[in-house]
This record gives sequence, C-alpha cells and structure tokens, in this order.
Amino acid sequence: MTEAPSIRTLDRLRAAAQAACRARRPEGQPVVRVGLATCGIAAGALDTAEAFRKAIAEAGIDARVETTGCRGHCYAEPLVVIDHPASGFPPILYPEVTPGKAGMLTRFFLGEGDPRFEHMLGATVANELIPSVLEFGRFNREQRLVMDRCGRLDPQSIDDYLADGGYGALARVLAGSPQAVVAAVGAAGLRGRGGAGFPTGRKWELAAAGSAPLRYVVCNADEGDPGAYMDRTLIESNPHQLLEGLAICAYAVGACQAIIYVRAEYPLAVKTLESAIAAAEARGLLGPEVLGTAFAIQVSLFQGSGAFVCGEETALLRSVAGFRGTPTHRPPYPAQKGLGGHPTVIDNVKTLATIPVIVERGAEAFRAVGTPDSPGTAIFSVVGDVVHPGLVEIPMGVTLRELIFDICGGVPGKKRFKAVQIGGPSGGCLPADLLDTPVDFDALSEAGAMMGSGGLVVMDEHTCMVDVARYFLEFTRNESCGKCTFCRLGTCHMLAILERICRGQGRMEDLERLERLARDVRDGSLCGLGRTAPNPVLTTLRYFRDEYEAHVVDQRCPGLSCRPLTAFYIDLEKCARGCDACVGCCPVDAVFTTRTRKKGIDQSLCVKCGECMVACPPEYDAVRRISPAHLAPVIERPPAAEAKT
Amino acid sequence: MIEIRVDGQPIAVCPGANLLEACLAAGIYIPHLCHLPGLPAAASCRLCFVALGDRPDPVPACTVAVQPGLEVLTDTPAVRRLQRSALELLLSAHTIDCRRCPANRRCALQRIARFLKVPLKRPDLPPLDPPGGPPGTGGELVVDPSHCVLCGRCVRTCRRLHGHSRLTFAGRGQRTVVTDWVETGPAIRCTDCGACIEVCPVGAIRLAPGANDPES
Repeated sequence: MTEAPSIRTLDRLRAAAQAACRARRPEGQPVVRVGLATCGIAAGALDTAEAFRKAIAEAGIDARVETTGCRGHCYAEPLVVIDHPASGFPPILYPEVTPGKAGMLTRFFLGEGDPRFEHMLGATVANELIPSVLEFGRFNREQRLVMDRCGRLDPQSIDDYLADGGYGALARVLAGSPQAVVAAVGAAGLRGRGGAGFPTGRKWELAAAGSAPLRYVVCNADEGDPGAYMDRTLIESNPHQLLEGLAICAYAVGACQAIIYVRAEYPLAVKTLESAIAAAEARGLLGPEVLGTAFAIQVSLFQGSGAFVCGEETALLRSVAGFRGTPTHRPPYPAQKGLGGHPTVIDNVKTLATIPVIVERGAEAFRAVGTPDSPGTAIFSVVGDVVHPGLVEIPMGVTLRELIFDICGGVPGKKRFKAVQIGGPSGGCLPADLLDTPVDFDALSEAGAMMGSGGLVVMDEHTCMVDVARYFLEFTRNESCGKCTFCRLGTCHMLAILERICRGQGRMEDLERLERLARDVRDGSLCGLGRTAPNPVLTTLRYFRDEYEAHVVDQRCPGLSCRPLTAFYIDLEKCARGCDACVGCCPVDAVFTTRTRKKGIDQSLCVKCGECMVACPPEYDAVRRISPAHLAPVIERPPAAEAKT
Repeated sequence: MIEIRVDGQPIAVCPGANLLEACLAAGIYIPHLCHLPGLPAAASCRLCFVALGDRPDPVPACTVAVQPGLEVLTDTPAVRRLQRSALELLLSAHTIDCRRCPANRRCALQRIARFLKVPLKRPDLPPLDPPGGPPGTGGELVVDPSHCVLCGRCVRTCRRLHGHSRLTFAGRGQRTVVTDWVETGPAIRCTDCGACIEVCPVGAIRLAPGANDPES
C-alpha cells in the first residue's frame, strides 16, 4: 500500500529531526533542563540557567543546559530537571533552584553523583531508588492531554516537536478529506475552551458551509482575565502544537489565511510564535504546499494592544480590521460573516491545541475522558490562597474540592476556605457548600459561575466578598469599551454602590438597587463581556448576602479586609515590654509607648496598612485586627512630656 | 409584501426589512436613539428592545430582519424594564438643563422619557460626572460630553456622506467621548455640511465659536 504524500513527507522530516536531536544530544551526557517560560523567568530562572552554565564550565564537567517551557508548577519555580544517566538515578525534579543551589547541584550531583535528596521534589518517573513525583496528588491526579509536551520539549526547537511525534496529526489529516476532520471534531464533542463552550465542530461546519471564496481562521490568544495564564504558557512551552491545530482547522474549513491574535503584553509568547512560524515555514509545515500537498496556509501574527474587550470575538475582528475594538451585534456570527465579510472561525488557543490530540487519539478516546456533555480535559490556572498554585490539567467532571484540596494542597496557614472565584471577571464566586460541583461547562453555569478561560482564584477566610465583587467590577468598568449603555454606565453605578458599601456607607436599599442593576446589565448589554460582567456581583449577593448585610447594618467586614470598617489594636496581655518592632515599622507614627512600656495604636493616626501586624514577632503575636472599628479597645496615649521621661 | 403581527396588530412589510423601521413606518413607536435607516445596526443605545414570539429574552428591534409570520410584542414587562433601565442610565450621565438646552422640546430623550413615563428630573440613579476635558478639541465642531448620549449617529452620518468621519470616538468606558478629529489636519476637512448637528438626537453638537456658520 502506498502512503499518502503528506505522511511520506512527514516521515522524511521526522527522520531528519531525530538525527538532528541525536547530534545535539550525545548519548549519556548529563543534561540540566531549566523551565524558561515567563513564570520561570519572573522567578529568576534566567539567572539559574546562567549559574548552571558557569558552574559547569568552571568545573569542566561534560554536561549541557537546555531550556524548556513551563511544567505548570508555579509554586516551585525556578524548576529544574537534571538527567544524569551515568549516576544511576532517574531524571530528578528540583524546585526553587536559585543560582546558589545551581552551583551546589552542579558540584554534588553532576560532579560527584550525589543527588542531594533534601533539595529534590522527586524523580520524574517511577523507579526503585528514590520517590517519584508521581506519588503526589499534584502530579498523579492530573491528566495531561493538551499540556503533555509542555515542559518536556524545547519550545524553540521544531526538531524536538517533530521527533516527539509532532505534526503527525496534520499529516494524517492532509491524507483525508476536510469533511472527515470536521466530522471527527464534531464526534469528539469538543467545546470551545475560550469560555462559552460552543461546540467547535458545529462552528467549523457553519464556516465550511457554502461556497465562500475566502475564509479565515483566527486564533484568540488575547488572554485578559486577571490571574489566568494558560494560553501564554501553552504558547511559550509548545507553540507548534497550536500551529498544528491551526493548520488542521484551516484545512478542515477551507481557509488559507490564519491570524493569531496575541497580546502585545506577552513579549515572550510573541517571540516564540514568530520563531516557530518561521521554523515551520522553513520545513514546509506551513506556507504554500504544506507537507508536499496542494494545501496552503499563511499564518500571521496580530498583536493586540491589551484591551480586555478584544477577547470578545466580534471586537477582536474589528481590531484586526483596524477599527476601535468594539463588539458588534451577533448574529451574524463570525463563522458566517467575519473578517471582511468572509466566514471566520475564531478559536481559543486551548481549543486549537486540543485538535491534534483528537486527531491522534481519535474521537472515541477523547470522549472517554471527561463528562458526556463536556468531554476532554480542562486547564485551570489555580491561584490565590492555595498551597500549590499553577497550571493544572484535569479531566472535566472532577469536583472543585478535589481540584483545590487534593490536587493543589488546599488553603495554606491553617486558614479556612471561604470561596473560589472561577472564570475571571465574567465568572462567579462559589462558596464552600458548592465545592462538590463538578468542573464542567454546564454544572458551573448552573451554579452561577462559568468556565471562562479557566482562571480559578481560591480565597481564604480573610477575604471580603464585597471587596472581591468590587475588585472585579472595577476591572470590567475600566475595561468596558463604552459602546453600549448598560455596560458603560451600569457598571459605573454598580461600582459606586459597592464602593459605598465597602466604606460602610451603604444602605439596605442599595442591595436591592445593586441586584436590579446587575440583572439589567446582564440582560441588556450588547456583548458577552457586558452580559457576564455582573456575575461576580450576582453570585456574591446570592451566596454571601450575609456579608453585604454585615457591611450595611453592623458596619462590620467579616473578612476583616475593608479598611474603613476595621481597626488594629495591640493586645496588652501579649505585648512585650521593650520590643519596638511595631514602632519602627509604622509609617505614620501611630504606635506609641504606654505607661507600662507596652504599645498602643493611636486610631486617629492609623492608616490601617497592617505593617505592625507583620512586624510583631510571632512569639508575641500581639497585634489584632477587629471589625467594626469602634470595638477596638481604647488605649490612652500618655501625655507627651511623660512619654519623654 | 409579507405580514407580521406587532402587539397583535397585523402590518404589511417588505421581506427582510428592518423591524424597527417597519414598526416606526406603521406608526408603532419603539424608543430608539442610535439607529440610522440604511446603515447596519449599531445596537448600542439598548432602547429599542422588543420581545419576539419564540424567544424569551428581549432583543433590539434594529437588529431583526422581518420574516413572514413574525410575532412581535413591544410592551412586555421585560422589555419595559430594560428600556426604563437604559433610559435611567443615560439620564444619569446627561446634564439635565432642558430650559437652556437648544434641543429643548425636540430632544429624543425627552420624548422617550415621556413615552416610558420616566421622570427626567428625578432619575433613580445619582448623576455621574461627565467625562473630563473641555468639550471638543479645538476643531470646528464642539461635542458637549455632558449632553452626548454616545449614539454615534454623527460619526456614522459623517462617514456615510464623506467616506470618512471628521468626528470619532475617543477614550473608553464611561470616559468615552465623541470628539472632533483634528490630528490629521487638512486631510479630513469639515465641509460645514451640518449633517452631524442635524442627526444628533440631543443637541450635543454645535459649531465652535468663530467657525463658519452654515447658515451665514
């Protein structure tokens, strides 16, 4: 049987890539892999990589330093994997490798073969010598379909991706008909990972229908939610998987132009994509005659200037066309009438990166993961008050409790869990009672939150839910494009009410007015962002109404976080004589010494920054926070003359 | 011609016609600010909501193309709730000083408020400060942000008449203003046609003092 030309071409490319990888990596040579995505770099991974290079050169050890993308374990950055086959140990994962640790590991592990057990997180594979990271929930509860190669491959090297089986899905697809791809994606039941969860197969069908002379594919990488960074990590860690998905999508719907709309605030993602596109074009994986077939795809980058609303598909298209990024009424949907009036498929980075997985494994295998209505995996960026924050890829249907407590280690510092905010400014806050909600599109919408792009912020008992609603609403108010009445003005009035409540000046009728406004903005706004902007307010009003009422009725902030409603005082039972830690750190000289040489806080001067609470040594732990503010015990400041003596 | 029913009353319209225009032509008033006949719907004022027979949520009439047998309701509680809310929001950002306003008695806001029985002077919401900065930026046209309702009719009319617009939106969110585009200088000249002043529903645009008066 003769193979299709695309598969033959790919086999040839892959053989060349494998040869190049072998040439680059001598057998048995120790290798240090440093995660160099934006998160790693922020934690100092560039210095770590440099320290490894320097130490290896100085010690004259035969080893090489490689860069990889992000493994998603943000709590442990800079993360380093050292593979030293000659030592007899499996590849070992080291967390928080500072330049100092880099020198130490080079000397002991690379030089003397001692892996320094006290510094390691574990081996990356199961073995008989040392514990493997696969024994931890944070590793073994994940199921990495889409992020499988993130952190394993060098994102700058197309050879790595090809040698690892990359672009196989594209070659396979090119050997068949476009209709077969659309049918496979439809059969897999993939739903758009950008937030709304629209079935991707149906979107492609819509765009592929009819006889349009020109069609476009747009990848939406305008990730704007505070606390969400899945798209950035995917691009920075494995750009070729996205490009492969993009090419498959273009082939399926009959497009020959693809645009990746990426934020200019992601400079590393832009750079990675630019070099990946150039490398793929050089190998004939993109451009004219992809893999020796008649299929042509031209991929270009469009850098968005960081308007949150441009993540909305119609606003994104206006922005690409060179206009103000404002949404337009749907229908017509972009899949019918998009860029320049041509059918345009707009898919999120995660959606497109999932496509090669579906083609490789088949629709049936994909459906086997997750729930019947939301098949596949979900990628969350879990941040906030949680022990092991980072990117987590889990099958749909896992409950929030498993995700937060079993996988991410729960809330640190023995504090109680209060709420989890899912889906960014468009999502909602769910209380502890709803922790058993499974993570899938429909269950989350039912609870009032939404999948959104996958940002998940965990909040402990010291979070004020009114303040959380105020924070997200302030974000949407600032990011409103100003086109439609409800979003432009409704969010302003809602924010004004929330600010009043946080200051303790709210009235009970404010709650009613807030709820009414929130419902009107939800029902009346033009685009998805306006329609979902009130979600944080609606869900906090629904699940944490008692906190709103405490602010309004008792002037009390249950989370002890709204400054005007709280006060700091010093517990004289616990305060130590002669310790001046709090005095030294107070920026406004509100801390004074009492007659007994213990300390007091002058409430009229205190700006409630909380520095004294941080400075008070843990063995005394004398600074207390209380709400409402008038409950703070009054400690008289001794007359000035007396204080001096 | 096809027949649709609006509030139970049959009206004959051309197939594919705009629902808002069809209703207005048939003498059924639906509050609206931003719609311009013949141009694609901006759907930004959020006033012309109607309920369509088969859909529970109100939709802006300006975005609907009529189909045979369409059932339209213009006076459901959900429709009126959204319309009143939108009008109250617009009034909260509009300086209410009708007696000194040149648009007094022909102002669209006055008409809509009368129609929806929303009082002008006692809006349900505290007034918002108008976007900062002096009105206009020194060109021939002055747009008063404390009166402008950001319907965009002036911008789209100018673009339709001249191929490009002398007026444009600037800023975003509540700070959005319509402003005179002076940066490009002589490339986009104001022809003093006065069309923008004509289409403004609230009288927020006037010629700058010293600029040519179209009537002189």
